[in-house]
Amino acid sequence: MADPMRIRATAKDGGINVKILMAHEMETGQRKDSAGKPIPAHFITHVSAMWQGKEVLSANWGPAIAKNPFLEFNFKGGKKGEKIQVTWTDNKGEKRTDEASIN
Amino acid sequence: MKIFQVSIFGAIVFASAFAVQAQDYRGKAVANMQRDFHTRGIAHKDRLDEDVLQNICNRSDNKPPKAMAETLQNDQLRDIEYPADGKFLGDWKSGEKIAQRGRGMTWSDKLAKTSRGEPNGGSCYNCHQIGPKETSFGTIGNSLFHFGKIRGYGPDTQKYVYGKIYNAKAFNLCSKMPRFGHSETLTEEEIKDLVALLLDPKSPVNQ
Amino acid sequence: MTSIKLRAVVALFGLALVCAAQAQQAAAPKKAATQTKKAANSSPSAIAAEFEKFRDIMEDASPAELFEAKGEELWKMKRGPKNASLEQCDLGQGRGVVKGAYVRMPRYFADADQVMDAERRIVYCMVTLQGFKEADLAKKPFSSGSHTPDPVSLVTYVAANSRGMKIAVPQKHPREREAFNVGKEIFNYRAGPWDFSCDTCHGESGLRIRTQDLPNLTSKKEAIAAFQSWPGYRMTGGLMHSLQWRLNDCFRQQRFPEPGYVSETISDLMTYLGVNANGHVYKGPGIKR
Repeated sequence: MADPMRIRATAKDGGINVKILMAHEMETGQRKDSAGKPIPAHFITHVSAMWQGKEVLSANWGPAIAKNPFLEFNFKGGKKGEKIQVTWTDNKGEKRTDEASIN
Repeated sequence: MKIFQVSIFGAIVFASAFAVQAQDYRGKAVANMQRDFHTRGIAHKDRLDEDVLQNICNRSDNKPPKAMAETLQNDQLRDIEYPADGKFLGDWKSGEKIAQRGRGMTWSDKLAKTSRGEPNGGSCYNCHQIGPKETSFGTIGNSLFHFGKIRGYGPDTQKYVYGKIYNAKAFNLCSKMPRFGHSETLTEEEIKDLVALLLDPKSPVNQ
Repeated sequence: MTSIKLRAVVALFGLALVCAAQAQQAAAPKKAATQTKKAANSSPSAIAAEFEKFRDIMEDASPAELFEAKGEELWKMKRGPKNASLEQCDLGQGRGVVKGAYVRMPRYFADADQVMDAERRIVYCMVTLQGFKEADLAKKPFSSGSHTPDPVSLVTYVAANSRGMKIAVPQKHPREREAFNVGKEIFNYRAGPWDFSCDTCHGESGLRIRTQDLPNLTSKKEAIAAFQSWPGYRMTGGLMHSLQWRLNDCFRQQRFPEPGYVSETISDLMTYLGVNANGHVYKGPGIKR
């Protein structure tokens, strides 16, 4: 099972600021291990953020993003106490969803 | 004979003074380490055992009484094996490589002498400024830039530098610098190459 | 104890021989080494300053928090042969109390009759409460590749719960004072092929290895460095490491044999380092170069 994300959502200037840390290897597939064998690619391909059943962010990702990625974005609308769900999917089909309340 | 007796007496007084001061914390520390450490790779557990010099430096907080330091330094000086051919200058170019290399003697290194092991480094830049091109250097030791230019290139200096790298403790008993020849970290040839790095007039160190 | 005495006797005997011999060797030019005194000593470490800026920006985004989250999950989850959580674990502030525990360790624990640092205590709880085997936990105790051992995440979680609190490593119990003094001896113990001790590199201010600044861990002012740095997320390789790892790797570079994982030796050393850092505010797990 994949490890949990850290999500912070704060109401700011009439919008919501969301900060997400994801636990992921983000292996490019270009590297080799100490024995010279290629390390298979393993990276997040898609990130999506939902608010009140509405998708407020959808992003396609590739192998160029670093290990344990950090993502920050703002969206309009949203109130304190409401919930944000973030889901990532990787190239092996693994998924992880975590939730945070806006404060 | 008289000198002999006096020094034994002096040494006992010295040692017992420290024994009282440090209570049994030192004894407990050594016993705990003997229990808690284990051999890994080339780093055998007997590396925990102090030799005479380490013991005296440890017990005196690296400040042994002068007379004792001098006698022990002489002992270290006698330990230095100078090159049989009387030549001290090797190749400064390979000296630079040895000075740069920081590997060797840890439990993640292989024994340098075996065919599979890489040669050990001198880790010189870890502590010293040496050549003008390398700006990533440590400051635990003195700057060695312009070493030959400042001190001259003569045979006495060459012999001193060889000896200092072989066994730094022969010149300053509780020096922080490792004894690269004594500990068999570097070979005679490698030490010569380092001497050349510092004392070959053509070495970038002296430009 | 006998072996120590024996070694001292051997040392004295060796000394006597030396004195008796009074070797006369040509004195080398001794003053040579004193000339160019530490030329580069005062050079400002621009790299370190740049990294500090980077760390400030990354304050909200430290990957260390991922391990904090993982550690919290592991703390509360029923696991191990005994299917228990760690919520009954006493870190010195009462059963299950995590808040403020980290800045008050190492400390003496009567149940184990040992002075224990945070990671050692966590392992103790994993063994006694959850039924894990210490030998298994000690097999691969440090992060590498994509593997982060559970105690590392757990100690990150525990450390994060002391964020912003004053370091107050206790010295009340006689065993705690003993641990400090024994730790100090270990810190200063020179041995091995290169004659190094911890003090060789960390006993003086203003020194560097290559471009890496070396905190003087014997000074009240700088001793915070060790406490503050670990657990930390190391940008090199993207690995989460604890102070257990840092001290292990120090001994490797010291050219020593390997210290046992969560051993008394390490707890003693951490007590010495921790007490030296007392009074400083702990900022919580962060990032390292």
